[in-house]
Parts: sequence; structure tokens; C-alpha cells
Amino acid sequence: MTTAAPPMAAPSLALRWRRTLANPRLWRGVLAVAGFFLVWQISSMGALPFMTVIPTPVEVAKAFWVFLAMPKYWQSWAESAQRVFWGFATAQVLGIPLGLGMGWSRSFKELSYPLFELLRPIPPLAWVPVSILFWPTNELSIAFITFIGAFFTIVLNVLGGVSSIPKELVYSAVSFGASPAQVFWRIVLPATIPSIATGMMVGIGITWNVVIAAEMIAGNAGLGRLTWEAYLAGHTPGVIVGMISIGLAGYVSSALVKLISIKLMPWRKII
Amino acid sequence: MGMSQPVREDMESSLAAPVCRAPDGALSIREVSKIYDPEGVHVVALDRCSLEIAAGEFVAVVGPSGCGKSTLLNIMAGFDHLSTGQILLDGQPLATTEVKPRPGSDRVVVFQQGALFPWKTVLENVIYGPVVQKALGKQEAQERARQMMARVGLSGIESCYPGHLSSGMQRRVEIIRALINDPRVLLLDEPFRAMDTVTKSASHEYLLELYDATGKTIFFITHDLEESIFLADKVAVMTTRPGHIKMTIEVDLPRPRDYRLLASPQFMRLKAQAVEAVHEEAVKAFQAGEREMA
Repeated sequence: MTTAAPPMAAPSLALRWRRTLANPRLWRGVLAVAGFFLVWQISSMGALPFMTVIPTPVEVAKAFWVFLAMPKYWQSWAESAQRVFWGFATAQVLGIPLGLGMGWSRSFKELSYPLFELLRPIPPLAWVPVSILFWPTNELSIAFITFIGAFFTIVLNVLGGVSSIPKELVYSAVSFGASPAQVFWRIVLPATIPSIATGMMVGIGITWNVVIAAEMIAGNAGLGRLTWEAYLAGHTPGVIVGMISIGLAGYVSSALVKLISIKLMPWRKII
Repeated sequence: MGMSQPVREDMESSLAAPVCRAPDGALSIREVSKIYDPEGVHVVALDRCSLEIAAGEFVAVVGPSGCGKSTLLNIMAGFDHLSTGQILLDGQPLATTEVKPRPGSDRVVVFQQGALFPWKTVLENVIYGPVVQKALGKQEAQERARQMMARVGLSGIESCYPGHLSSGMQRRVEIIRALINDPRVLLLDEPFRAMDTVTKSASHEYLLELYDATGKTIFFITHDLEESIFLADKVAVMTTRPGHIKMTIEVDLPRPRDYRLLASPQFMRLKAQAVEAVHEEAVKAFQAGEREMA
């Protein structure tokens, strides 16, 4: 036998980069994105007649460059991100306890569930008129509509999570002497975290959908408004810059939410 | 596994109940019936089940799925209550028509699917009982858990999450998590059911070693006759619809037992007799069922 291997040092930054770049997963993703823009470029240049109304990626890139230099562009990011954050955060703060309560107490569920199911099918955008009338500022009404988008999803996920906790976990805890409060905080809550994470993941996507639509209808700023104004001005490359920005914003938010949920569930980490 | 004799004696000193206490954990199940009546349709899950379990005895209940054996265990654990009859634990009523049983750390259950808390590490799982009951401080409980785990060859996995362990390992941890509470009875609900043969066999020996070391009363549920004879002092055979203990088979095989026993003539003979008797009962029950259907 040879001597024991030296303790593993953390891989250097250069090595980590080399590993990332050598990963075919990265290249498959890049391939798809690059292919998409290439096909778009060729077809907008005239290969497909109906695509000529759409500006080419090169034109869009030029417009993007101009936008990047405009303070208004960055303000739009900040505005939309803020609305998403508040709507999303409020939905979690109110939705998680509500879902837990509905899953924990049968009488509370029987009390609240019918009303919940009656309100749930109303699309967030149908709340726009009432919201504008009700809330004193435009900002609040858009944040409220965003909140609606994420709220029902998180409640349903948490409720489903609580209901699917294996009864053996609760039985065991009670056998060991846990009080109802201990069962709730130490068993039900952690057992529901995976469902909360799923709810957040779905919810963040919906909030971006909703905030953009709400801004187009009722906003005076934000990425949705930016896109809409570009359309009204007949500036098609600007419209597409707006769309791509929204896509990027959603991508980044989802990645953040994913990061949070990994932090919340150390036991799910694959070793 | 195959632990040597000195280890077994060593385990005895750390796992056994305090020396001064009289051995406890005697169970007396008397004429217990359980009738479910959700919508006015009587479903008899248990029909006048009687079984005497001496303190420190290893009793296995064997029967087909749906025969009510888990219902009986759930009543003893305090997760369900009986309709008629009574169950005494060390002479005290545990469950009667008046006394609703309550779950307690003197009757811990190890479940088939496993019930380790996935978000807690192995060590946190094992100390859960003593800490939640405030029987031990966290430090003391950790110390004791490490000791117990070391004695049964579970060292080194304290900081793992259960999801990273094999099912065999998980069940071992779970049995230790139960034993650290020093229960009067250990209730095992088909704990090795979903295991492959190799893991199962190792788990059997592990359980037998713990039993020999601790002398706890064990109530073990299974549908596997061979398993029940290999492990238990007494096998209660249950038949279905309605769940009733049809017979008990005394297993007078010597302890400590190991896998070699499975191939011994004594074991074979006992198993053959048991198979014969169970088969007779099964046929009767099956025919009764057919008549009922016709």
C-alpha cells in the first residue's frame, strides 16, 4: 500500500473554471441559445418572408447597447424588481402561515377553503380595476396584483405539503413526548419546507408574468411599461430589448430563489 | 455484523435498564376488538384478540396484510383506541373502553417506512426523545447517543442526514433512537419488510443482539413466518376478516441465535409444523371468505 493521499485542497479558481467550461451541460445550453439567435437572424433577413417585420438580432443588439446607456432602462429594472420583491415577499409572509394553518387545523380549513377556492380562479389581471380604485397609489395596486399572482400558488403548495407529511413522523414525535406546539414547529414546519420551496419557485415565475402585464395596463414605469412604450413609439427593436430584459430578470430571480431553497434544505444536498 | 461475545456483554452494561429495577414490559391483551364504523357500515378490524406477553419476551405477530395486526400495534402505541376489551401494561390499564391510550416514550414504534426526521442529522434524531422530554440535557444526550451508537457499530455516521444512509442503516439508527428512551416495550411494525435478503439478514442479527443485550419486551409484526420463528420466543398467528389470533406457537430455540440456526434441523422442524398449522388456518379462512362472497 502507498501512503495515504494528502488531504484534498479546495480546487483553485482556475481549475473550477476549467471544470465548468469542460462540462457538456453548459455547452448544450449555449448551443441552444446561439442556434435560436442564428435561426432568427437568417429568417428575419428575408429567408422567411413573414419574419421581416421582426428586427434581426443584430439590430436588437444595437438597440440594447443604446438602452444600456439610458438611466431610464436601469430604473425600469429597479421598479419592476421592487414590485416583484414586495408582491412576492408579501405572498410568502401571508401565504405560508395560511397554508400551514389550513393543513394543521381541519376546522380552519373547512372555514377558509371554500372562500379560497372561490377567489383563486380570478386571474390577477381581473383585479386591476378594483385594485386601482382601492389602493391610494399606483405602486401599491401593482404590488397588490403581483401579490395575488404568487399568493394562491404558495398557499396551495404549503397546504399540499402539510397534508402529505407521513403520519409516522408525527406519530414518532408524539411518542417521544413532543407537545402539539413542538410537533408544529419542529416537525410540520421543516417537513413542509420542500413544498414551500416548490411554491416559491412557481410563484416567482408568476409574479414576473403578472408585474409586466400590470405595468402595461396601469404602470408609469418598469420593464413592462418600457416595452409597451417602445411599441407605442413604433420602435420594434426596443420592444424586443424589453422582452429579453424580462426574460433575464425572471431567470436571475429563479436562480436566486433556487439558491435560497438549497440553503433552506441542507439535508437535500447531494453528496 | 457477527459481534463477538465480549462486545455483547459490554453492550449489556450500557444499553440495559438500570440494574435495580424489576424487569418490566409485561403486556396483557384481553379480548380486544376494534370496530370501525365510519358510515354505519361495521368493519371489524380486530375480533376478541387475546395475547399474554411476559416481561422481556420477544413476541412476533404474523398474518397477511390487512388482518389487523397493525391496528393492534397502533392501539398499544396510543395512535388508535379499542372498541372493547383491555390491554394492561405491567398490570396497569393501558387501553380499555374507558382509558384512551396515549402515545408515550415507554412504547416506541419503529415503522416499516421508517420515521427518521429527514431534516435532522443521525445524532439529532437519536437524541430527539431524551431532549424533548427534558430527561437529559443536549450535551448529555449526545454523549449517551454516541456511546450507544459506538457499541453497536454505528460510529462515524452521526452527522449524516438519514437520506444519505441505506435503509438497513436507517432502521438501525431508528432502533437506537427508540432504545435511548429506555422503553418498556419496543413495538416494531414490519421494520424490515422492504429490504433485500442480505440487508434483512444483517438487520435480524442486529436486532437479536440488541434484544439479548437489553432484554426489552419486543412486539414484532410481520407477514413472514420464517422471520417470526427465527426472531421470537412466541409467534401469534393472526387470520384476516375479522382479525383474530388463531394460535400461538412457542419457539423453544436457544439464544443467542444467529443465521446458522436457519439451516438447523430444530428450526426446520419447527418451521414445518408452523407452516402446516398456518396453512390449515389459511385454507379455512379462505374458504370462509369464499362462502361469504358467494
